[in-house]
Amino acid sequence: MTEPADWARSDRARERARDLSLLLAVLLALLGVVLLAVYFLALNGGAAPRLAELALARVPQSGVGNPVTAVLVNYRAYDTLVELAVLLAAVLGIWSQRPAPPGFQRSSAVLAGMVSWVVPLLIVTSGYMLWVGGYAPGGAFQAGALLGAAGVIVRLAGDPTAGLPGEAVQRWLLVLGVLMFALVGLALMLLGAGFLTYPPKLAKWLILLIESAATIAIGTALAAAYVGGRPSAKGQGPSAGEASAAPSSSSLGPRP
Amino acid sequence: MSQPALLLAFDIVLLTTLLALALAAVLSPEPRRAVMLFIAFGLWLSLVWARLHAPDVALAEAAIGAGLGGALMLAAARRAARAAQRGTARRADDGAR
Amino acid sequence: MTAQFLYGGAGLILFVLGLWSFLVHAPLLRKLIALNIMGGGVFHVLIAVAYRGDGVTPDPVPHALVLTGIVVAVSATALALVLGARLQDEQRQG
Repeated sequence: MTEPADWARSDRARERARDLSLLLAVLLALLGVVLLAVYFLALNGGAAPRLAELALARVPQSGVGNPVTAVLVNYRAYDTLVELAVLLAAVLGIWSQRPAPPGFQRSSAVLAGMVSWVVPLLIVTSGYMLWVGGYAPGGAFQAGALLGAAGVIVRLAGDPTAGLPGEAVQRWLLVLGVLMFALVGLALMLLGAGFLTYPPKLAKWLILLIESAATIAIGTALAAAYVGGRPSAKGQGPSAGEASAAPSSSSLGPRP
Repeated sequence: MSQPALLLAFDIVLLTTLLALALAAVLSPEPRRAVMLFIAFGLWLSLVWARLHAPDVALAEAAIGAGLGGALMLAAARRAARAAQRGTARRADDGAR
Repeated sequence: MTAQFLYGGAGLILFVLGLWSFLVHAPLLRKLIALNIMGGGVFHVLIAVAYRGDGVTPDPVPHALVLTGIVVAVSATALALVLGARLQDEQRQG
């Protein structure tokens, strides 16, 4: 008896949803036209003074040859410091939500063999990326992303921890980026320079130090985000082994 | 054709493909397909940025945006597909009852 | 100038497309894809503004902003996915 009414209601709801989405499409198309017009006018408005000249002129003093790295770690170091803090906050949020879900099944010999080739290659490439970032495209983010990708591959091949160390060590690795940044900044303050104002002589080595720490922190954070939960210690709470048969459904474990 | 005209044609091809990939990703109702298209979109975006002389950003987008973001979303799509399967199974049970 | 307008315009269209999908589609994963496409559009506009023609070094400042933005976007996506999974689990149990 109730079925035809249900059908009618869902039909009407679907019609209303379609109307709404069309209306939104029209409104947003108008918004798009306005944005395009503003962008066109802004482009035709003539060249406003840009930061590019200033940024490019100061690259030789920044301690690195790649202008993007110079902006990231030297001129706008605050941005990058706070960004590392955002990454850390995201991992903390993920850890607070649930324990790590169980991993995938162990890979076969073929995939395992490939992984044992690819992962070291990724780590070496990551080191290269970090070093080359000083004077060519590359840098801490790309290097960290490669480390994170290595973690993802390890987890896909069956290691539930994504190759990351235990929770205590992982915490230190995660805060390493922010910590090194802040310590360098504070040390510079003690020496009389401003917070994160590198003296040109030391700039190269300080930037390399910060970038290495940031690479490790970014790689750990991205791999931890892929694991998707707090790495619970063995024997505490629902662990990986407990729920191997029905992965995601029982990943939360019994609740009180 | 002169070189600027060729370059313009190249730009238009790049951008048309980019917008088509984005549209396909947004309109696809099947989660796994949408994620695949999103990964393709991210990789294409990094190609476009390489054309705009931004190799640093292109590298980061290919590795982080498309690679890691895609891996995260694929895991979620797998979960969504399994949940949907369970949902239809339950509905079929209810219908049989 | 033409190239800058074309690429920036494509970024604006991507932004609007993502915004539309974000408002219209209900599932979390589709919303996240839409949000990421919106972000991609914004990054695209920034990169197009930084581009100053072939043979001229592009403006490094927007590039650095976009690099930061990419990492923040992916970490926000990861957090949103875990929150969504948690919500799904809670709904199934409650």
